[in-house]
Amino acid sequence: MTSALNPKYSFDTFVVGAANRLAVTAGHTVAESPGAAYNPLFIYSGSGLGKTHLLMAVGHAAKKAAPKLNIEFLTLDEYVEAFHASVAAGQGDAFRRRFQNVDVLLVDDVQFLTNRKEMQSELLRLTEALQAAGRQIVLTSDRPPPDIADLDERLISRLSGGLVVDMGTPDYETRVAILRRKAEERGARFEPGVLETVAQAEFGNVRELMGALNRLVAFQAVNDTSINAETVKQILGLTGEGAAAAGAGDGRTSAAKGGGGREGGGGDEFGEFLADVTVTVGKAVEAWRARVGEAVLRWEGEGYRTHRLEALLQRDAPGAVDQAIAAFAEDVERLKELEAEVAELDPQAAGQSVFRDPERLSEAEEAAAKVREGGAPPPGPSAAFPLAAFAVGPSNQVAVSAARAALERPGKKYNPLVLVGKSGLGKTHLLNAVGLELARGKRAVVACLSTQAFIDELIAAIDGNRVDWWQARYRRATALLLDDIQLLSGKERTQEELFNLFNLLQDKDRQLVFTAPAHPNTLSGLEERIVSRLEGGLVAELKEPDRVVKRAVLERLLTQQGANPDAALIDYLADRPTDSVRSLVGLLQRVLSAAAAQDGPLSAGLAREVLEGQAPRDPRRGSGFRTSGLVVSSLGGIKSREKVVWDWVDVADRVIEEFR
Amino acid sequence: MSLVNFTTREITCKIVYYGPGRSGKTTNLHYIYGRVPDSRRGRMVSLATQTDRTLFFDFLPIDLGQISGFSTRFQLYTVPGQVYYNATRRLVLQGADGVVFVGDSQARQLDENLESLQNLQSNLLEHGVDIRTIPLVLQYNKQDLPRELILSPADLDDALNFRAVPSFAADALHGKGVFETLKGISELVLKKLAAGTAA
Repeated sequence: MTSALNPKYSFDTFVVGAANRLAVTAGHTVAESPGAAYNPLFIYSGSGLGKTHLLMAVGHAAKKAAPKLNIEFLTLDEYVEAFHASVAAGQGDAFRRRFQNVDVLLVDDVQFLTNRKEMQSELLRLTEALQAAGRQIVLTSDRPPPDIADLDERLISRLSGGLVVDMGTPDYETRVAILRRKAEERGARFEPGVLETVAQAEFGNVRELMGALNRLVAFQAVNDTSINAETVKQILGLTGEGAAAAGAGDGRTSAAKGGGGREGGGGDEFGEFLADVTVTVGKAVEAWRARVGEAVLRWEGEGYRTHRLEALLQRDAPGAVDQAIAAFAEDVERLKELEAEVAELDPQAAGQSVFRDPERLSEAEEAAAKVREGGAPPPGPSAAFPLAAFAVGPSNQVAVSAARAALERPGKKYNPLVLVGKSGLGKTHLLNAVGLELARGKRAVVACLSTQAFIDELIAAIDGNRVDWWQARYRRATALLLDDIQLLSGKERTQEELFNLFNLLQDKDRQLVFTAPAHPNTLSGLEERIVSRLEGGLVAELKEPDRVVKRAVLERLLTQQGANPDAALIDYLADRPTDSVRSLVGLLQRVLSAAAAQDGPLSAGLAREVLEGQAPRDPRRGSGFRTSGLVVSSLGGIKSREKVVWDWVDVADRVIEEFR
Repeated sequence: MSLVNFTTREITCKIVYYGPGRSGKTTNLHYIYGRVPDSRRGRMVSLATQTDRTLFFDFLPIDLGQISGFSTRFQLYTVPGQVYYNATRRLVLQGADGVVFVGDSQARQLDENLESLQNLQSNLLEHGVDIRTIPLVLQYNKQDLPRELILSPADLDDALNFRAVPSFAADALHGKGVFETLKGISELVLKKLAAGTAA
């Protein structure tokens, strides 16, 4: 019975020109605050100028503003039909009740009230009831209420009591705008000048204009040739009088509308009077409103919601308008700050509408806090690897001095710095140590993590559709240190991201440090562009530990264990052939555990016995001893002893021994 | 009558054209009617006798459209000038926001002008309105008549305008001064309305 609102007919698709601006403004106002502004709103215009469109747009906008509103759109004929049906069913009261519960009643084509006395009185009654209840009524007709033939005088005054606005024929510019928009909607493309030519022709209403456009679209589709401005005239039959009209039209064809043309000077007199009154009202009465209006326009222009200010306009008296505007501006400033902050942390989140609505400042604060939380800096270096604890010797002198040089002038001297060397030589230690030193700087954000973690984070970000956030997080880093870069092998997306990040950070002179088991150009699965960039800085190699390094390491470890750094023991262990710091640590570990098992002193003799002779087996492991940066938990965590590294390390060692 | 309704966002000004009989009040309204675009004006209601004298009153609503977000309407009324219609005059005067006193410039009508002005004062007083506070302008109509028959605006000012309100020389039949008068009274009314709002 009731027509549904056509979703195509909204304010967004309504082309506003001078001829219908007032009606559209009134429609907006009504939709925003139904029942409060112009009630009833009576819109009249000739056929095909957008009455129904505007009426439905009001419905859509009202629904959008307050989804709970009960909005009824129907044509007068439908209204009459509904009435007749319910009367026939003996349920005239139900009919009345139905319409009295409507919050916004939109009635199209009320000119058909002519000669329908009973409907007129019904509508009068309904109008009165709805108005009394503060419900909104919007009506359209093709003529103003007094001109609807045979209309009850009371109904005329009712209908004219709110706001009566008319919509004229669109002017030239508006016609062009309408044609462009419609052509775009239809996906049709025309040569320049075509739509302008159509617009120049005097069509009585928009519907005819659409008809002309349709003809052009069809013609172009059938003939598969594009139309130019000349052929348009032939197709539309505009050659004779149309062309003349087009010449004379000159965009002012619609000016004759509105009765203004009747007397030359007379119109001016009224116009002057109107302008005068407007100025007076504007100056004196509406000064505060003007200020509020300006503020609304300004903030709206910047994309902020201005409900609070608009609410001010609804008020009876000015009150503390300036304070309200100032408070609003303050809130907007805060929103801007939040948005800027969030944009840095998570560009995607910054697009949220909460950052555009001062009414939801608290929500915006919360959202920002959330982003802040999520926007925690990327993983930093581990505090377990201080630079001071890194044993330096001839074997790693080059790498360490390169690292120190990089620390002196981060990002400027060796960028990137690539530390290469076999496993267990302290690359990770040095990397983290550099990270820790870099992190001492003011406002330093040091990203220091294993390449595997880096890859995992990216995958999680892709999964959570948060790549922007992930990127932003790393782009903020003042230094990027990645361990085990060889793991990038075959990870195309990560290489892509790293490549971009690399360039970005390098451009900003931010220090990049990587570790790899071998020279980058020997690593497989790395893209050429990554390799060449890695090679572009300094590739520093860590070699097998020399005696100096070994001694330093052993001394440090023993001190850490609270054991007496016995010189003979250190000498003995340092002389043992080991190819990495990690295996050296393993040796010491075994000696330590043997000593613990025997409950005897730690000595070179014991070490010799353990490492060369029959090692006393000890079922118990010293707890939580740091070996190679990995903490091996032995607090009952490992049940299957076969899988504990220590059970076969010494076998391997012995194999090596025997081999030698 | 409330002049400004902030809830419905309407401004409604009631302006009454007052003055002695045959001074040209209805002529003023007719001229304005002729100059207002169709879409802006309501039906002009004129209750006149056979000889076109105003019997009850003339009423001309003008819709000025949206002004600063307010739908602004002017309602122009005239009163019957003849002495014996005083009850009607008083009625029409009720709730007026402003008064245009249309005086007859003819020298021999001076007494009627004075009498009507006094009548205006007493009728306003009946409604509890002080003539010194209500927006009021004077219009000296029929300035197109031969010089020897009429008084100059300056003379009329001396004779009638002892409160020094804005005054306008006019020829309502041809429209001279009609809109100036309307502008004058509108300004006063709206300014008063502004003062009222601020208070």
